[in-house]
Amino acid sequence: MADVKPPEIASNIKKKLMYVNRKAPYGTIYALESLEVVLISAAFEQDVSLAFLDDGVYQLMKGQNTSGIGMKNFSPTFKALGDYEIKKLYVEKESLDERGLKPDDLMEISYEDEDEGFAKKPSVRIVNRSELTQIMAQQDVLLNF
Amino acid sequence: MKLGILVNEGPYTHQASDSAYHFTKAALEKGHEIFRVFFYNDGVNNGTRLTVPPQDDRNLQKAWSELADKHKLDLVVCIAAAQRRGILDQDEAKRHGKNVDNIAPGFRISGLGQLVETAMIAERLVVFGD
Repeated sequence: MADVKPPEIASNIKKKLMYVNRKAPYGTIYALESLEVVLISAAFEQDVSLAFLDDGVYQLMKGQNTSGIGMKNFSPTFKALGDYEIKKLYVEKESLDERGLKPDDLMEISYEDEDEGFAKKPSVRIVNRSELTQIMAQQDVLLNF
Repeated sequence: MKLGILVNEGPYTHQASDSAYHFTKAALEKGHEIFRVFFYNDGVNNGTRLTVPPQDDRNLQKAWSELADKHKLDLVVCIAAAQRRGILDQDEAKRHGKNVDNIAPGFRISGLGQLVETAMIAERLVVFGD
């Protein structure tokens, strides 16, 4: 990951940025390159959240193994997001249902809550389509991948 | 209005770059400010000067370069995405031991921080993708 200097001119700007992930983790590069932007944006101290819908829900599947396709398994990076102060991963319930997936099929991703003695709390929140619509409406910027 | 543009697809396979170009041009003609156009994913392929489309087709790279020249646009290609796909400026070519560079006029290579900065500073970020 390249070194990033936060912008000097914009240090007082804090926006709600949501990364919308709609594609499976492998097959195309969108998921990996989305995650690369997510990690960079953490350096800018923005209010970052991620949404997973459509085939994007597969990005969070447990037990990913890419040895057969010769690609890097980047799924462990999602577990590190808490260390980057990224604590909100919204997963659309309908997208799980449509694919026969359950919340238990997803990785356990957590963050440490500073306000509560660094207690571990889940970062993944299952929301339905109408809730996600409302959450999206509250964002300043939506980046779709 | 101050706008940011994100182009996530390369030229010709997808219409995204055409749409982004037409949108950017129209916005400038209406008097809006374009803070930056950022090229990511295969969008970085818009920034090679080595494309040679048929003469009776549009030349997207040339169109972007000319628009940048006319309006002093900041066209930024993501460095990580560019390196994967073989888009290099003189410095990057030298650094990686390649004997040519191919960045098109008016484009520059920089980091993803420039995209996040665009999202922060622009009043609207308009994303063109698949």
